[in-house]
Amino acid sequence: MNLLDLSSMQLDAIREIGNIGAGNSATALSQLINKKIDMDVPNASVVPLGEIPDLVGGPEAMIVGIFLRVYGKAPGSVLFFMPKASAFYLAEQLLGEHKDPADELTDMDKSAIMEIGNILTGAYLNALSHYTKLNLLPSIPAIAMDMAGAILNIIIAQLGQIGDHALVMETRFLSEDKGINGQFFLVPDPGSLQIILNSIGME
Amino acid sequence: MEELLKVGIADYKVGTAPNRIISYGLGSCMGIFLYDAISKIGGLVHVLLPDSTKSLATTNKAKFADTGIPLLIDAVQAKGASKFRLVAKIAGGAQMFQFANPSQIMEVGKRNIEYVRKTLQSNSIRIVAEDVGGTYGRTVEADLNTGLYKIKTVSKGEKTI
Repeated sequence: MNLLDLSSMQLDAIREIGNIGAGNSATALSQLINKKIDMDVPNASVVPLGEIPDLVGGPEAMIVGIFLRVYGKAPGSVLFFMPKASAFYLAEQLLGEHKDPADELTDMDKSAIMEIGNILTGAYLNALSHYTKLNLLPSIPAIAMDMAGAILNIIIAQLGQIGDHALVMETRFLSEDKGINGQFFLVPDPGSLQIILNSIGME
Repeated sequence: MEELLKVGIADYKVGTAPNRIISYGLGSCMGIFLYDAISKIGGLVHVLLPDSTKSLATTNKAKFADTGIPLLIDAVQAKGASKFRLVAKIAGGAQMFQFANPSQIMEVGKRNIEYVRKTLQSNSIRIVAEDVGGTYGRTVEADLNTGLYKIKTVSKGEKTI
């Protein structure tokens, strides 16, 4: 299906799916760090591939990204992004040790942050699976700290083989003390969108 | 007046001295800078993928190494550069995430490097400098006055090739 042909009703339905998934993720994150998490109304939009980096503050913005593949009936990719400061804060919260922002992330920090990505994605996909009755499972996470444009390349390259646009389901998380400011992206593979829409009777 | 031309993903620009051409945040993508030092005309293409024959969406030729490089060669020639004097400087092709079992798409950086080299060779254009591979992002800037190619990174500093 052509992404540009999606009706506003279909996009609304996709947004609602995103809402259910992200709500579950926010709850999981809140329980993990024992703080209230605010969540923006999820966004579902069709964007030209070249403009995806603008969604995370431009191609040169320094970010920490956790990448997971989604396996199952409707495969796709998940990226959870944070500014470096949020990643440090998360590592501090989880590991209980103070970090100097000038330091690099240690292997232990990275492992803790990847686990967060794992838990958030698991929670999101669980809700999604439940709602759509599609079986969806996350891969092992991978982490990178670099320019946003470079990190996003992994998704853009994949979608670029099939089209010039992407459907991005996006949610922002903000903890009550503003320590964590993250963005969660779910980007269905091109064929998956139709499967998701069919599963909720919106074909 | 000196201008800074910006090149997006799957995009290209051609220019003349004293202007510069920049492209931000390349990961597995590659930035190919072609330059004619006599006319001081050059161009930069930011390719996303190696091979247009493996793709279903090929309207944008600048997206692929195998079609983007010939496109750029034609464009710099149209601007007045001589094909025989063109030399290439290339950068990018990183693998940003490390996986235990990388699938093909996760190794797209490696294949990009291979196809960029192959396409330049089949067009008889010599690569005079390169900064490719690795696990980090790059911003590239081509100076059409000097032919120098500046590579900026977050973790590995800056260099000019």
